[in-house]
Amino acid sequence: MSELHTWGTVAVIALITAALRFLPFIIFNSNKKAPKIVEKLGRILPYSVMGMLVVYCLKGVSFTSISGFMPALIACTVVGLLYVWKRSTLISIICGTVCYMLLVQIVF
Amino acid sequence: MKQIIKSAFIATIPVLTGYLVLGFGFGIVIKSAGYGIFLAFAMSLLIYAGSMQYVAVGLLTGGVSLITTALTTLIVNARHLFYGISMLSKYKDTGKLKPYLIFALTDETYSLVCNDNPNIKPEQRTNYYFFVSLFNQIYWILGSVIGALAGTLIKFNSEGIDFALTALFLTVFLEQWLTAKKHSSAIIGVVASILCLIIFGKENFLIPTMLIITLLLCLCKEEPNDV
Repeated sequence: MSELHTWGTVAVIALITAALRFLPFIIFNSNKKAPKIVEKLGRILPYSVMGMLVVYCLKGVSFTSISGFMPALIACTVVGLLYVWKRSTLISIICGTVCYMLLVQIVF
Repeated sequence: MKQIIKSAFIATIPVLTGYLVLGFGFGIVIKSAGYGIFLAFAMSLLIYAGSMQYVAVGLLTGGVSLITTALTTLIVNARHLFYGISMLSKYKDTGKLKPYLIFALTDETYSLVCNDNPNIKPEQRTNYYFFVSLFNQIYWILGSVIGALAGTLIKFNSEGIDFALTALFLTVFLEQWLTAKKHSSAIIGVVASILCLIIFGKENFLIPTMLIITLLLCLCKEEPNDV
């Protein structure tokens, strides 16, 4: 495709992405207090969104074969148990990721 | 200031590994689609949205219309509206840094700033948010440029390393679960996502999930920190 189409595409994606990020701040700017319901959503959304992001990351998991879900199941269990025990993000992520890589590359 | 930068760096180490790898992958993909290092750099600088940049490679090579590109971006990135709504009060008094903080609010940056870091005093938060956002974008740009440079030379088998981001989100989710007193909003998020994933399939489930979550949270009387 042409150079123009390439840069046009990049510009459109950049503008729309930025618009989505700025929109809530433009609608509810500092002079105008956000409605109660939006404030409430702001407080409780993070709890739901993190759950959604975890499911989003695991959307490729398939239950039609053992190798489709065992690596993710085992690695997530490792991350969870380590986190509850040590409460360290780094330890959980490093051990979980190494475990997942070994499982998908060697075991399954 | 040194201490803020140090805390920000430590907090971003999980994203460092994840972004270098995913950015690297993006660099390789864009290079193998026939584009140069400069485009990889420009996209990571100006768009700075991981999954969308992968989708963009397909839009570029497929030569689709700008309208299709615009609609695809709206659908893939609509979740950023959520992040904005929940950061309204935290980013309210961030002054001159505010535009950059909003621009750089990716999934991963959001997962780091939506919980308060106990080592950061309230008056240091704006600078902390800034360095977390800046470091993350630097990792992402570095990863994509190195990936585009390396092309297909890489021999290391990195299959599965993208699990680092899944693990990051899972630890944030667990941290919120362990510190919250009520769990209805976390459960709503997980259950709505799984149900929509089953009903709508993995390509289309995010938008219905977000609509259902918004609706249920508006109706929900309980808040995570209620006693």
